Amino acid sequence: MDALKQELKENIIEQLNLEEFTVEDIDNDDALFGDGLGLDSIDALELIVMLDKDYGIKLTDPEKSKEIFQSINVLAAYITEHRTK
Amino acid sequence: MKTCYIHSVVSISAQNSFSENDTISEIQEHSGSKIPAVHPTYRDFIPLSQLRRMSPAVKMGVAASKKALEKANINKPYAIITGSGLGCIADTETFLNTLIENEEQFLTPTAFIQSTHNTVAGQIALGLKCKGYNTTYAHGSVSFESALVDAQLQVEAGEANNILVGGVDELGTEFVDYVHIVEQKQKQPIQVPLSEGATFCVLSSERKEGIVAVLKAVEIQSKTAPENIVTEMHDFLKRNKVDSSEIDAIILGNNGDAFDAYYQHIEKLFPKTDFLQYKKYVGEFFTTSAFAFWMGAQLIEGKTLPKQFFSRKAESKSYKTVLLYNQFKGSQHSFVLLTRC
Repeated sequence: MDALKQELKENIIEQLNLEEFTVEDIDNDDALFGDGLGLDSIDALELIVMLDKDYGIKLTDPEKSKEIFQSINVLAAYITEHRTK
Repeated sequence: MKTCYIHSVVSISAQNSFSENDTISEIQEHSGSKIPAVHPTYRDFIPLSQLRRMSPAVKMGVAASKKALEKANINKPYAIITGSGLGCIADTETFLNTLIENEEQFLTPTAFIQSTHNTVAGQIALGLKCKGYNTTYAHGSVSFESALVDAQLQVEAGEANNILVGGVDELGTEFVDYVHIVEQKQKQPIQVPLSEGATFCVLSSERKEGIVAVLKAVEIQSKTAPENIVTEMHDFLKRNKVDSSEIDAIILGNNGDAFDAYYQHIEKLFPKTDFLQYKKYVGEFFTTSAFAFWMGAQLIEGKTLPKQFFSRKAESKSYKTVLLYNQFKGSQHSFVLLTRC
């Protein structure tokens, strides 16, 4: 699980061009949207594509994505349970 | 008909033209087939949260436009008009390459929504919350001049007081290399590097202190033979009631290819006029002629340009009327006439 969390942080920084962040700057419980990393709706679309491409998880319900993208901890737990690749 | 004043001009180029005092103190010599722009510290102009998604074209456009508006002392223009030959080619490349690599699946939105020609004008408008007229011209090497024509018509007709006008193109990462390969197959290819840049200006109907120059005329012509270019130029000057003896400097877009013959015809016509060239130092790209617009404004403002730009220069001179002429591969000819207020 720790390796997955590390991987997620690296991918999020790279794919969302969060140039001002390093892996160490992101706590596992930090909010990804709003006051935390400050991600927005375009980032949410990028993350949905990342889940599909890297872990084989297809999200179709926008309400569901709100729950899953709460933090690295929540996201990692969801991926571990639902990943198909 | 109102006069079209130029309130400010700024330029990001392969030279340090975006310096604090907006002049080039020393020419940087370049070698190689492509040269990137001298990029400023964009954090000084754009919030980090927005900066992370921006390609070089958008960064250059937003930074240059902010400085142009600041220098013109304008918060929000009536209209934003840009020209771009290739638009946001870097994001276009990213999007298309992802399309191929992922077999048309897993396409992310950012590169796609930012891959268009009007991304720059759109981002500037979003930043300024400017809901006015917003148009981008994608017309090869007369993209910037097309934007100028639109703005000049609106200012002269009294439809707009202040218009932000710009020309911007970025190198990208891949397409430019293919262009270079194809170009090298030509009998007499382009001899200057390929490059990128952004030049923005504020055009206005208001006469106020600190005006840079007057945009007297802009004309675009699709095709003409080299031997006819002198007549075309004479006719252009005649239409604008300017005698050829009044031209203090002509800025030409020589790039070393076979079509430089057009410029040679013009040089013969003006034996005593100063001549300047710039593409050796700022490279060739579809809106590089906007850099000549910046140079012309510099001359009229009385600022000093490095001697390397001059192919012919009188000892000391005051520049009241400057003519810009550019063409690309024998087509898309443009004449721009700048005068002192």
